[in-house]
Amino acid sequence: MLNVASRLFAAAAVLFLASGHLASAQDAQDKPQGNAARGKQLYVAEGCWSCHGYSGGGSAMTGPALVPMKLPLDAFRGQLRQPAAAMPPYTHDAFTDKDAADVFAYLRGIAAPSREAKDIPMLNE
Amino acid sequence: MDKKNRHNSVARRTFLKGTTLAGALAATASLKAHAAPVSAAAPKKMTPPSRMQLAAETRVPPAEDPLTESKSGSDFMVDVLKSLNIEYAFACPGSAFRGIHESIINYGGNSQPELITCLHEEASVHMAQGYAKIEGRPALALIHAVVGVQHASMAVYNAWCDRVPVYIMIGNLLDAAMRRPGADWVHAAQDNAAMLRDCLKWDDQPVSLPHFAESAVRAYQLATTPPAGPVALAIDAGLQENPLGADDAAALSIPKLPRTTAVQGDSGAVEETAKLLVAADYPVLVADRMARTQAGIDRLKELAELIQAPVVDEAGRLNFPSRHPLNLSSRPSTPIRQADVILGLELSGPDWGFWGTVNRMNDNIVRRSHPITKPGVKTVHISALDLDLRSNYQEFGRFAPVDLAITGDSEETLPSLIEAVRRNLTDDRRAAIDGRGKKVADQQAKMLQADRDEAAANWDSSPISTARLCTELWDQIRGEDWSFVSEMLGISNWPQRLWAMEKQYHYIGNWGGGGIGYGSGAAVGAALANRAHGRLTVAINPDGDLMFSPGTLWTAAHHRIPLLMLVFNNRGYHQEYMHIERMAARHGRGLDRAWIGTEMRDPHIDYAKIAQGFGVYAQGPVSDPKDLGPAIKRAIDVVKRGEPALIDVVSQPR
Repeated sequence: MLNVASRLFAAAAVLFLASGHLASAQDAQDKPQGNAARGKQLYVAEGCWSCHGYSGGGSAMTGPALVPMKLPLDAFRGQLRQPAAAMPPYTHDAFTDKDAADVFAYLRGIAAPSREAKDIPMLNE
Repeated sequence: MDKKNRHNSVARRTFLKGTTLAGALAATASLKAHAAPVSAAAPKKMTPPSRMQLAAETRVPPAEDPLTESKSGSDFMVDVLKSLNIEYAFACPGSAFRGIHESIINYGGNSQPELITCLHEEASVHMAQGYAKIEGRPALALIHAVVGVQHASMAVYNAWCDRVPVYIMIGNLLDAAMRRPGADWVHAAQDNAAMLRDCLKWDDQPVSLPHFAESAVRAYQLATTPPAGPVALAIDAGLQENPLGADDAAALSIPKLPRTTAVQGDSGAVEETAKLLVAADYPVLVADRMARTQAGIDRLKELAELIQAPVVDEAGRLNFPSRHPLNLSSRPSTPIRQADVILGLELSGPDWGFWGTVNRMNDNIVRRSHPITKPGVKTVHISALDLDLRSNYQEFGRFAPVDLAITGDSEETLPSLIEAVRRNLTDDRRAAIDGRGKKVADQQAKMLQADRDEAAANWDSSPISTARLCTELWDQIRGEDWSFVSEMLGISNWPQRLWAMEKQYHYIGNWGGGGIGYGSGAAVGAALANRAHGRLTVAINPDGDLMFSPGTLWTAAHHRIPLLMLVFNNRGYHQEYMHIERMAARHGRGLDRAWIGTEMRDPHIDYAKIAQGFGVYAQGPVSDPKDLGPAIKRAIDVVKRGEPALIDVVSQPR
């Protein structure tokens, strides 16, 4: 049980690096096509929050930040179907391509955090 | 008690040669006269006496039976406890130890030990575990026979895995002829310690007071000699309650507690390790349950600085200052992957161990593992754990085929290793080492900045991020003499990543065996120990853990134990939620029902109300991050007045 966190930590690092690499290449072609409102419901109902936080902020111990969503839709869907490292797979039967597109739209619609560590005094003590 | 048994008790109670008791001779004679006819004339089918018949039989004791005694065996037991300087006795009351309970509070003046009222035996042991992790010496956990032992067993396992000395006494009425119908029987055992023996360093069931004294001192010595661990003495109710005459008391003595030392690693192997470390390009020091005292932290710091080696603190204890430029614990895989020599110091426990430190294993249908180290890496493990392993419980983890396994206590072995490293250092190696130190410091600075950036990214989240929760707390304790007394894996290790932890009591490690219910008990026990030192004790307690032993809050209120507890309320057993998600995903059945059986919602538990019901100052639920800082300030004001306080913080899952 206890080792799960450390394994997920490694997985988080893999996905984080992958998201940055892919983002720059395909950013323009991935305008959200899905239903963001439905995606928000799915994000909670299907347990995405459990590793990535209620607002997609992520955790180094469980799953990387999904906001800002830098992956293109295809890569996002690919990660769901055939996850890197420790993330559980979301099969098509349980989570359709439309579901994936809706969650993607929801995540793309969340503004990136505007706060930086240097602007938060107590984080620099 | 019927007449036969009462007389039998007198015969049995001549536990010390020469003990005198008014009427004993006559009573014994009466027993002999009575016994034979009963045996010979016993009917084929006997009907047990009713409660009323029993009451009628026992209502008026014979005149020769003594009704009072000035001193009994349990008084002497308290003398022994005082000689061992045992400060507290954590106890949920139980009839099997009523003798020593009364002796502690009256004969002993409720001091050395002072009785701390607990509401569950598991809490008693966890409080003793938390106390010992601050004080470095054991407290007493008094446990009722059978059912009390069963309640306590998980906590004993935690203490065992945590290598913490806990001094357990189990009340028990051993003599079947003395047992009244009812609790005396269902709460008696031939061997109470049997169900704990796989996680005890030692146990005994003394049959006389001299035997008790010797075993009590031996138990203390064994509990505290590294590797430390829990010990148990089953103390017979007869031994506790039997009268102790003045002559017999005068004949008793208490053995001297020997001064003990820990085992040091073999000098030749230490020299070999020193040469490896000095010659290495990138040696990494990894410590888990290493620093038993501040000296352990100081020695590891001295060694690391001597060779400018990065350190990974796996945090079974605080082993290394968290902000030290050589501390790379925030990203442990990074230095491990680069290492050409890895020195492990007391790597233990299910989460890491040496094997877990240098390998990764997936959680898929086909489980695969792979080393994360470079080919040819040299590995050395200094550990005393092999001196005291058990077979049944598998907490020792996977076998790690290290190159050199040095049996010895790491904290005790470090001085000779440091000396050996000094002897082997040459000028050319010093130059290389200095250059390495600068690179490691740069790595550490980048890791710290990455951690701060991650914390900032979730700063305004609601529910409150674990990073914000920990930082708001840190902001208000960093100017104090503080002590953090709860585990931190569930909160993403943020205290280790962001706080400046330097002193042994700044962090006391985790549960040990992963048994849920440790948190609040250990926190209260540690806070009690810290009270004498005037420290501000803080804990971040998981919600699910608190529900295993909420009565610990009452103990804190009743005994005026100053403790600030922030409830890390992610509203579920989140680790298990993720496990169910994994199973559902594996079967392609959707993850939308993973909450069933894992989350605590509908209704949400109101931890502030629960705490208030126990008489503890409490606030919450707090879910807006802007409200958290002021809530912590108000709670600290209460704690500084000597009271416990609780804040229910609705949090992100990790």
